[in-house]
Amino acid sequence: MSKIADVVIIGSGIIGNSTAYYLAKKGYSVTVLEKSKNIGDGGSSRNGGGVRQSGRDLRELPLAMYGVQNLWPGLSEELGVDVEYYQQGNLRLGKTEAHLDILKGIVAKSKPLGLELGMISPEEVKEICPYLSDEVIGACWCPTDGHANPLTATLGYYRRARQLGVKFYTEQEVLSIKKIRGRARQVVTADRVFEGDQVILAAGLESRNIAASVGIDVPMSDILLEVLVTEAQPPMFYQMLGTASADFYGHQTTHGSFVFGGTSGLDAVNKHNGTPVNSSLTASSTCRGILGYLPALKDAKVVRTWAGWIDYCVDAVPVISHVDEVPGLILACGFTGHGFGIGPTAGTLLAQMAAGEETVLDISAFRYDRFKAKI
Amino acid sequence: MNVLEDRSIDIGPFVSQGDDETIICRCEEISKGEIRKAVHEGMYTMTEVKRFLRAGMGLCQGQTCGKLVRSIIARELGVNPLDLELPPSRPPVRPVKMDVLASEEFPGAEKS
Repeated sequence: MSKIADVVIIGSGIIGNSTAYYLAKKGYSVTVLEKSKNIGDGGSSRNGGGVRQSGRDLRELPLAMYGVQNLWPGLSEELGVDVEYYQQGNLRLGKTEAHLDILKGIVAKSKPLGLELGMISPEEVKEICPYLSDEVIGACWCPTDGHANPLTATLGYYRRARQLGVKFYTEQEVLSIKKIRGRARQVVTADRVFEGDQVILAAGLESRNIAASVGIDVPMSDILLEVLVTEAQPPMFYQMLGTASADFYGHQTTHGSFVFGGTSGLDAVNKHNGTPVNSSLTASSTCRGILGYLPALKDAKVVRTWAGWIDYCVDAVPVISHVDEVPGLILACGFTGHGFGIGPTAGTLLAQMAAGEETVLDISAFRYDRFKAKI
Repeated sequence: MNVLEDRSIDIGPFVSQGDDETIICRCEEISKGEIRKAVHEGMYTMTEVKRFLRAGMGLCQGQTCGKLVRSIIARELGVNPLDLELPPSRPPVRPVKMDVLASEEFPGAEKS
């Protein structure tokens, strides 16, 4: 087994795998290291599958729009795996005037970048999704938003990258990055050393400790995300749903099951033993939220719940950046729970960065040294 | 490094077998051949096969097919089935209706 590659990527989530795929397509030799036994075991397998532009931070919105316009529509064909991409819009629902004010704020914020997003009447909401409660008095509507399957998309990139010769190693917890002659070059695991001309750190929450080994800090912490999945229902609608008061979010999948995320409000103080676990309160709380908007689902059975960590960056947008002090190192972390939808774009940008090409989008807002004290 | 850790070790080509049509995961109707093919496409753990094909993701959550899926993957990779971890069990233990899960009242209990 060769331990030397052009690029070593730490982390086999959708960011690492898509970067590996786009680099392999350019002819680079790539090694991907994964801490877990399973490929893509972190946030990439534990998210709601949103391919959403509406409600994004303005710094991140161009990445989301680029992905929706250029990458997601052809992704299933490109990877040879059905990533179950639906582009049937996002409804963010409101039941009170206060809700509508929140929604109008979201619409106003995205206007400067030309995203198609506006307020619609309760009649228009019903026309788009007839299953919603009569209590809904309006929504903010983004017709070009959508959703996809995070599991098949992450593993689809892995499968194609592997076919193109990318080497994937699991159970390789990275302990440190080592500089050789001033450049990041060696990636050290418990019993092996991998080498690359460039190192891309895309290990989610774990990125912080690994970056610390070369003296760099990314200010992140963990937030628990919880999701419930129902048994298959007859096909009902394929819009992504959310609400102004964040009672729940979710969609129906190709399989027929609904996938819904939600919180209990007590999430920040949940008990856990280091692994993300569901609390006994959240699924019930989320069900109450869902049934308040979608009474038709009251007899749908919940078959599974699961939880995952969000790698929450202190200003809620990711770090996608070269590092001045550590040439050869590229950071790609802190995606803050909305990295899946922009994953393919991030992979495209990271592959361009590693190849020394000009990036197709401006990434200066994602620099690693943007964090300043308030005074 | 063993085959479970090094995903580039050659496990040979996929060769079809007479019983590939046999349904292994009854809930999601996944056949033996589909599972074997997924292994050759790089899905080397039970969790990866589950996420890629939905085997074990249906109503019974893999309680029926789990051991069969494990032995099929193990045979394809040439490893001991016990080296393959079962995917985590996730609540609820049995499917529960949303309006039951949403209720904070115990059915039949006297209201105080």
